[in-house]
Amino acid sequence: MTLNAVSTKKTFKKTLLASLVGASMAGAALLPMTASAETLRMAYDADPVSLDIHEQLSGGILQLSHMTHDPLVRWTQSLDFEPRLATEWEQVDDTTMRMSLREGVEFHSGNPFTANDVAWTIERLKQSPDFKAIFEPIESVEVIDDYTVEINTKEPYPLLLNLATYVFPMDSEFYSGNDEDGDPKDEIVKNGNSYASRNVSGTGPYTVTDRQQGVRTQFTRNPNYWDSESPGNVDNIILTPISENATRVAALLSGDVDFIAPVPPNDLDRVRESDDTQLVTMSGTRIIFFHMNQERVEAFQDQRVREAFAYAVNQEGIADRLMKGFATPAAQFSPEGYAGHVADLEPRYDLERAQELMAEAGYADGFDITMMAPNNRYVNDAKIAQAVAAMLARINVNVDLKTMPKAQYWGEFDDRAADMMMIGWHADTEDSANFHEYLTACQDADSGAGQYNAGNFCNPELDALIAAANVEVDREQRAEMLQQVEQTLYDQAAILPLHWQDLAWASSNRVDIEPVLNVMNFPYLGDLVVEPSE
Amino acid sequence: MIAFLVKRLFHALLVMFVISIIAFAIQDNLGDPIQQMVGQSVPESEREALREELGLNDPMLVQYARFAVNAAQFDFGYSYVFNQPTTEVIARHLPATLELVAASTFLIIVFSVPIGVYSAIKPRALLTRFFMSISIVGISIPVFLTAIMLIQLFAIGVSWTPFPVDTSWGNWLNELISTEGGMPAYGRGDPVTVFGTWDTNFASFKGLSYLVLPAISLASIMLPLFIRLIRAEMLEVLQSDYVKFARAKGISMRRIYFLHALKNTMLPVITVGGVQIGTLVAYTILTETVFQWPGMGLMFLDAIERSDIPLIVTYLMIVGLIFVITNTIVDLIYGLVNPTVKLTGKPS
Repeated sequence: MTLNAVSTKKTFKKTLLASLVGASMAGAALLPMTASAETLRMAYDADPVSLDIHEQLSGGILQLSHMTHDPLVRWTQSLDFEPRLATEWEQVDDTTMRMSLREGVEFHSGNPFTANDVAWTIERLKQSPDFKAIFEPIESVEVIDDYTVEINTKEPYPLLLNLATYVFPMDSEFYSGNDEDGDPKDEIVKNGNSYASRNVSGTGPYTVTDRQQGVRTQFTRNPNYWDSESPGNVDNIILTPISENATRVAALLSGDVDFIAPVPPNDLDRVRESDDTQLVTMSGTRIIFFHMNQERVEAFQDQRVREAFAYAVNQEGIADRLMKGFATPAAQFSPEGYAGHVADLEPRYDLERAQELMAEAGYADGFDITMMAPNNRYVNDAKIAQAVAAMLARINVNVDLKTMPKAQYWGEFDDRAADMMMIGWHADTEDSANFHEYLTACQDADSGAGQYNAGNFCNPELDALIAAANVEVDREQRAEMLQQVEQTLYDQAAILPLHWQDLAWASSNRVDIEPVLNVMNFPYLGDLVVEPSE
Repeated sequence: MIAFLVKRLFHALLVMFVISIIAFAIQDNLGDPIQQMVGQSVPESEREALREELGLNDPMLVQYARFAVNAAQFDFGYSYVFNQPTTEVIARHLPATLELVAASTFLIIVFSVPIGVYSAIKPRALLTRFFMSISIVGISIPVFLTAIMLIQLFAIGVSWTPFPVDTSWGNWLNELISTEGGMPAYGRGDPVTVFGTWDTNFASFKGLSYLVLPAISLASIMLPLFIRLIRAEMLEVLQSDYVKFARAKGISMRRIYFLHALKNTMLPVITVGGVQIGTLVAYTILTETVFQWPGMGLMFLDAIERSDIPLIVTYLMIVGLIFVITNTIVDLIYGLVNPTVKLTGKPS
């Protein structure tokens, strides 16, 4: 192809490219297509809040992004990077990464995908209230030629590829100009009807053909999808939100839908035992834990008391009995596969040791504390809190527990309204440093550090270590630093970790979901293979 | 008549006004809508900016005044979740609920009148006892459970084999108590658009099949209630002097039952019925949740979960309006059936 020879002059380039890409696409369209149309009917617990993939940083939006768009790179099941719209990348110097982009890719609108779209998308991400924080390290994006960009960071930044999994290039030409109301088409509006929240043009395997929010969304396979090696054979996807757990499972068992997620733990056996359905579970990456507020409770400032709490709680018991094996007991933030994961750290349930430590600290008779937990946010959240309260009673700690719906809970959490508060956390960057930055760093309202640190734990040494790790480009050295942070948090019993919540998906036997699933819970539905129906 | 309607219009406005005040007063307890709009890692400064933009930082009175002024011009604000005017969102969800209520009402009328009358005429018959005990069970089981059981039996299917499978009689009995399943378990399928936001399930058998299970479970509470009400009223009427006199005059029993007695039986039934149909709209919250029926009830529950305050307030006001309207219609019908009732309340 002669695409590389295209002049770098902006205006001229686009029209020429359009015709070139158009010509190559016309050739591709002549290839034989699969004969019969396969439709996948699927049910999630909620549908995406918007079609604007920069409006909210949430699981639902990212799941949508992987259907309608392609990221620059994406995670594989083993948490390695897989090239998508970026084909190659190299670190030019400490603060610059050069990326080569895939050629001959077309947006749904027919516009060609070029380096300008990547620069435009990252610029927009830096404007998005939800994404701007994690894209803060990026200084600028330089367009070298049509298929090469250079990403400059303010400081050496080791997580640039992690960030690249969040860059789903959008069609800059499609979103240029104003809509019929005179508002700019690329506007990001949280509460209102923006052009981008209703119209979408990405490079992804599916286009949105019909959307009734809260009722159903219909996707149709992009006939010009660039990834001709993708095994995916699903032509239409109908996504229905079913928020009621029992109904979602019933819809799968009765054959009304082919694929559901999440599967509630109480119904795992039902799905597993049914002859027509299959269940896939994975150890997740969302850590569920309690903060112990040192500002509200003086006793928590004593490391021995915090340790006693850690010894008193039986994580394995909770994972086995309460969660029915649907959780992995945890003694640290980082799940396996993360750089900071320390393999030796095991839950330390030992009631005698806990009682000893309480006595040593002078609290043999225990004390009273308050505890809060949501009751509809995490799997079995309220029951877990009850179990922890009961376990703490054995070291004479009297817990006054209050549980409430998530809509009310987060307000209370922001007010630090109880001595122990439950929270679950998934690192948006899939990186260990993220946990410490938000959950255990010394609080600083200006930088946003420790925003969710409801325990008031503060260890400046760890903050310094994380700051150093965040500019350490050598991956091995960085991992060592992160592991040191996890080890210290464990030794000082900064928090009370419980478990990583498992993930579960279920489908009818003819849908081969296992290969497209991953611990981030972004099913790559473009690659989904469905056995042809008779 | 006109005076009566005007009076009722003022009733409706008053009801909606009171509801809006109550809804506004409790909105602080409904949770923080910002929390639902942004991701977990969004800094406080961004949240504060959004809160300011939505006017959530203003004093309650200012917020209410702004709402009231807009509401007076039929602008009830934007839903936080749907990003559309709340009235539009509700208009889109209303037909599904009304169709469900209509289907249930149909079931209730078709079954309650004959069963109620029969069990009043033959109070000691075996069938009557059967109906009465079934109705007790129906009243006692929560809608939620009925719905789940219906799904298990008729959508998923149950296969029981308590009898030996190797004999033909055993097989026959097993098949008799097992169910095949196959009914749709959720949603409305592919309803046909009539006009505007009104999609209907009444257009085809396929559409109707989606309605069957939700309508039955919604009717499961009201149907027994109506059977018992009709039976009690009918028993009372049959004891009255005019029925005895009619029998003494030799009028055929059929004529007495279905013309003279039934008409008087229906008077209180219409009153209670009208109010109960209004309540049905509220009951749909449970039924719609279980069957994922995309109506107002499901929408309302989602709105609560996501602290979508404008939508919650508008929904409550519209439900208040529906209650006033059904009551008005009941009163009008009552006037038609029983001309001695004067609507305006003035002595004639």
